[in-house]
Amino acid sequence: MSELRRPELVCPAGTPAALRTAVDAGADAVYCGLQNETNARNFPGLNFAPAELKQSVAYAHARKAKVLLAVNTFPAAGKFGMWRDAIDLAAETGVDAAIVADIGVADYAARQHPNLRLHLSVQAGASSPEAIRFYCEEFGVKRVVLPRMLTVAEIADLHRQIDCEIEAFIFGNIGMMAEGRCSLTHYVTGLSTNMDGVCSPAADVHYEEDTGRTLTTRLGEFVIDRFACGESAGYPTICKGRYSCSAQTEPYYAFEEPVSLNLSALLPELMRAGVTALKIEGRQRSRAYVKSVVSAFRSAVDGLMQGREAAFLSLLTLTEGSRETQGAFAGKRWR
Amino acid sequence: MNGNIASELTLGPVLFNWAPERWRDFYFRVADEAPVDVVYLGEVVCYKRAPLFDDVMPEVVARVQAAGKTVVYSTLAEVMSKQERTLVEDVCGCDGALIEANDGSALMRLRGRPHHVGPFVNAYNEGTVAVLARNGARSICLPPEMPKTAIANLCGPAAECGVMTEVQVFGRVPLALSARCYHARAHGRTKDTCQFVCDTDPDGMVLRTLEDRPFLAVNGIQTMSHAFLNLLGGVRELRAMGVSSFRLSPHTCDMVAVARTFRDVLDGKVDIGEGQAQLAALALDAPFCDGFYTGNAGQTWSRAAAQ
Repeated sequence: MSELRRPELVCPAGTPAALRTAVDAGADAVYCGLQNETNARNFPGLNFAPAELKQSVAYAHARKAKVLLAVNTFPAAGKFGMWRDAIDLAAETGVDAAIVADIGVADYAARQHPNLRLHLSVQAGASSPEAIRFYCEEFGVKRVVLPRMLTVAEIADLHRQIDCEIEAFIFGNIGMMAEGRCSLTHYVTGLSTNMDGVCSPAADVHYEEDTGRTLTTRLGEFVIDRFACGESAGYPTICKGRYSCSAQTEPYYAFEEPVSLNLSALLPELMRAGVTALKIEGRQRSRAYVKSVVSAFRSAVDGLMQGREAAFLSLLTLTEGSRETQGAFAGKRWR
Repeated sequence: MNGNIASELTLGPVLFNWAPERWRDFYFRVADEAPVDVVYLGEVVCYKRAPLFDDVMPEVVARVQAAGKTVVYSTLAEVMSKQERTLVEDVCGCDGALIEANDGSALMRLRGRPHHVGPFVNAYNEGTVAVLARNGARSICLPPEMPKTAIANLCGPAAECGVMTEVQVFGRVPLALSARCYHARAHGRTKDTCQFVCDTDPDGMVLRTLEDRPFLAVNGIQTMSHAFLNLLGGVRELRAMGVSSFRLSPHTCDMVAVARTFRDVLDGKVDIGEGQAQLAALALDAPFCDGFYTGNAGQTWSRAAAQ
């Protein structure tokens, strides 16, 4: 068995308090965003003001943790200035990397701030060696965050064909659609995931309970799912909804059931495949979530480095789904 | 100010799994009768479908070119597996052919060579267009979710880099891509064991909500709108902004009639109201939408642009 290299544990920070929690719980790096459309978790009450980012970088650096700033949405023509400001702020603040998706934003960062390390966001949807090389050669990208659609064997194969580091999601909410290539929310709500940084915005979510206590969840005008009294109701996202079609006799989860990703049992395989950064999803989640999940994976990774066997971490109570999955990572039958 | 530039009508690639004979006959009729200037050919959604058309492709290309129309070969929108990469490599490897790149791997393979960029590449702003242009892009079909304010802002800078802008104006709107095949899933299969079941739905498989309201259309790994995009009322405005090419996305309805309507409205031979009546006469089994263009929820239909 080949020796494992110590991976970087990359953890979510929706707020300065969550950032401190993640760092204290053993994060090697935290990722966060600004309070605007420049990042893909542009939710009310979340994210960092410029002064908060500066303080947070100081806090993290004093404890030898890195801060990565997500500037990972796509500016529509005429709005580029806000993304330019975000990249300038990343450079001024001394974050350890900016996570970018848009070709124009990456180009601006590479030309204007050649010393700013660039990571390619999952939102760029780069899922092949050629696509990844495009960003490496054009903009000097140092790390790619892989889409959640590859098997471990495919990641290993990919690793041999690219020169940059690989970061992969290991835990959290998973959307079913290729990241950065989904306009479903925009089709229903008028707000775009790519341009506005929102997916299933809370302002458009409606819960309706009838007299039989059946709960209907809706996004905009469209029913996403329905739950009998006592069933736990999921947050309505289009790709986790229940629909009917000509090929099915009953309504079914046309895209995916409400599951969340948990790759705790696959960590050694991922690390041997060449993944050097392990990413936990959940900038929109509470400090309690951050503390529990980061602590659990910190001790799992430390255990692996000390030669312990990988074990499945049951974190179901912390997830948004009703069960956990290894998604695409475990094999092609998922497709 | 750009109102006098020539307006091209283009026919996007067939996104669905049509039987090869139907596919061939569709393009024969387009070649002979449809007033379109550019015809995009090739499999964009699923690598497994591509070989089905190998036998009829040469005669389709010959017929379209003989009719004086430009052929552009479109590449796959999602590229991950070895087979998908090989397909893109094969298409991009055609010497002298004009290629439309639909993902980052095709952008990489086409660097330094004149090419088109398709709507599946995220080209939302002037910075992105400048990078694509310096790598050889000559024409870019904008993402379907771009609102008209952004399109208006992008056309000028694109023209300065020598890039023509194209906008989809008819047909179901591509909304999402996935690694999973939802046609196979609906039939209890997987992508590897699908038996090409997507051929049962030549315009996509409609998903209805629990209130029985038609919502989306599934096409293999692709999810599309149920409503049909109709920007007939916006084409003159788009042309005035500097958009030079107008894309019709093929469906089983009478696409020659659709092309004639758009051509006639662009040429001022038919007014927009009459053109809308012609499109309504297609009797599509779905409503129209134009919400992305007007800056609203994509599924909405304003008709405002028709005034």
